[in-house]
Amino acid sequence: MFSRAYKTAVTVPPLLWVAVFLLIPYALLFCYSFWTVSSSQTIVHNWNLGNYAELLRVHVYFQTLLRSMWIAARVMLFALLLGYPLAYYLSFHAGARKNLLYQLVIIPLWVSYLVRAYAWKTILGSDGVLNTLLQYVHLTRHPLEFLLYSPFAVVLTLTHIYTPFAFLPIYASLEHIPRNLVEASHDLGASPLQTFWRVILPLSIPGVLAGATFAFVLSLGDFLAPLLLGGPSGIMISNIVVSLFGAAYNWPLGAAISLCMLLLVVGLLFLSERLEKKWSYS
Amino acid sequence: MELLVSAATRNPRGLSFYALLVFAFLYAPIVILIIYSFNGGGVGGFPPHAFTLSWYRILLGDGAMWDSVLNSLMVAGAAMAISLLLGIPAALALDRASFPGKTLFRRLVLLPLILPGIITGLSLLMLFVGMGMHLSLLTITLGHGTALISVATTDIFAGLQKLDRAQEEASLDLGANYWQTFWRVTLPNLRLPIIGAALLIFTLSMDEIAVSFFLIGRDNTLPLEIWSRLRRGMTPEINAISTVIFVFSLAAIVLWYRLRAQTEGQPELGAELVEAAEAN
Repeated sequence: MFSRAYKTAVTVPPLLWVAVFLLIPYALLFCYSFWTVSSSQTIVHNWNLGNYAELLRVHVYFQTLLRSMWIAARVMLFALLLGYPLAYYLSFHAGARKNLLYQLVIIPLWVSYLVRAYAWKTILGSDGVLNTLLQYVHLTRHPLEFLLYSPFAVVLTLTHIYTPFAFLPIYASLEHIPRNLVEASHDLGASPLQTFWRVILPLSIPGVLAGATFAFVLSLGDFLAPLLLGGPSGIMISNIVVSLFGAAYNWPLGAAISLCMLLLVVGLLFLSERLEKKWSYS
Repeated sequence: MELLVSAATRNPRGLSFYALLVFAFLYAPIVILIIYSFNGGGVGGFPPHAFTLSWYRILLGDGAMWDSVLNSLMVAGAAMAISLLLGIPAALALDRASFPGKTLFRRLVLLPLILPGIITGLSLLMLFVGMGMHLSLLTITLGHGTALISVATTDIFAGLQKLDRAQEEASLDLGANYWQTFWRVTLPNLRLPIIGAALLIFTLSMDEIAVSFFLIGRDNTLPLEIWSRLRRGMTPEINAISTVIFVFSLAAIVLWYRLRAQTEGQPELGAELVEAAEAN
């Protein structure tokens, strides 16, 4: 029904735009990672693996990547521990309030990232709301210094920010479970616990995988929360990239780290997709 | 773990209490932020004391802050236009045309939504520097416009799936050309998903910071202005502007929700993310 010209007209402009503003930039990242910086601070286009050798040679890069992955893993775990029961409650027990509660989970998602990170800073600081509250009720005498400028602060803040991201796909997968399967399980004599372990949980695994991937991937690349709340011990891999692109002026090395991150992320997305397909019942 | 699950499945009241705690965790920081925007004693310190509106008064007279608000509004408006102008044909293409690289295109468009912002931001920085462009609000606009095409495409594609093809067929049979059919039949039918996507893109662009961080020139957007002040120190004025942002985001969400409810009955805020999860 649609002519060739129509199809060309709707296809070509977005394709071109996406090629120029997404495909080429990601390709440039790839190219830069094989270039070098000369002593006069210009980019030299001589292709080599020097940046990757540097990443293997200097341990701080790998250590920081590991620390970032550890922070991201904790965020993922906590986001699932908060998000899954919440999604389960909404899907199976919330009754008429379901839609309202759903919107309530989503609202923080669209509230500025920066506003939420800043809020935690005002809560966790040594003169912050939490420390002064603890002293006010005489639970502590001195401010707890580990609250702010620590990996703890980063994990807490990122968990707060990414829990709704983990919640969304889990909730969607729980909502897709045909209710007659759950009823059948009850009718056949399974206890609520057995129904959960043997029916509901396996069927919600694709959502859990997607939610876990979101939380892990998005927090892995975060650099603003560590800058704002992390202190020296909460530095993450993206902070190194930021400094390489700023003061340290070594774009090629920064690009090499970014590319490793990109590959890691795309690999994880691919893996989680494969696993989701394997676990999905439809 | 097993014990906890057992308790939760047997006793939904324990589960509702847990859900309540999660809600408290999600909202406490926002509530505290708002309360302290009225606190005469500063951003911290319990209990809050000396109710005041002076932080809002200071905010009102803060020229640099309002300049950045204006910048953000311009960027968000232009980014919205770019995303829609490309997202609408992209959705039509995905719905109606088959072309080589269709799957790649789908995934590429969704990528900026799932990748950490730093990767997209840096990649675009390299492009703009390579093209010899000066960093400015224009580069930020191009970045946002591109990153948010996925939102437009997802919403409008969903709208197209529900569209009755017979209407367009009738229009074509009755002698209207493709352009007239698009303008008078397709587009009016997609009105609500388009407005919904526009609202969402606008809000997301207003809040975006990770990509903007690398594409910023001399003029700050609102989140970057707040960021630069945070580096200098915290004042309740930031609580005040955050409260204002929160109220406006909330208004946008409520508006969006109403639109969605009108289109489909069952509104699903965040559908883009679910879609992204399923497509990748």
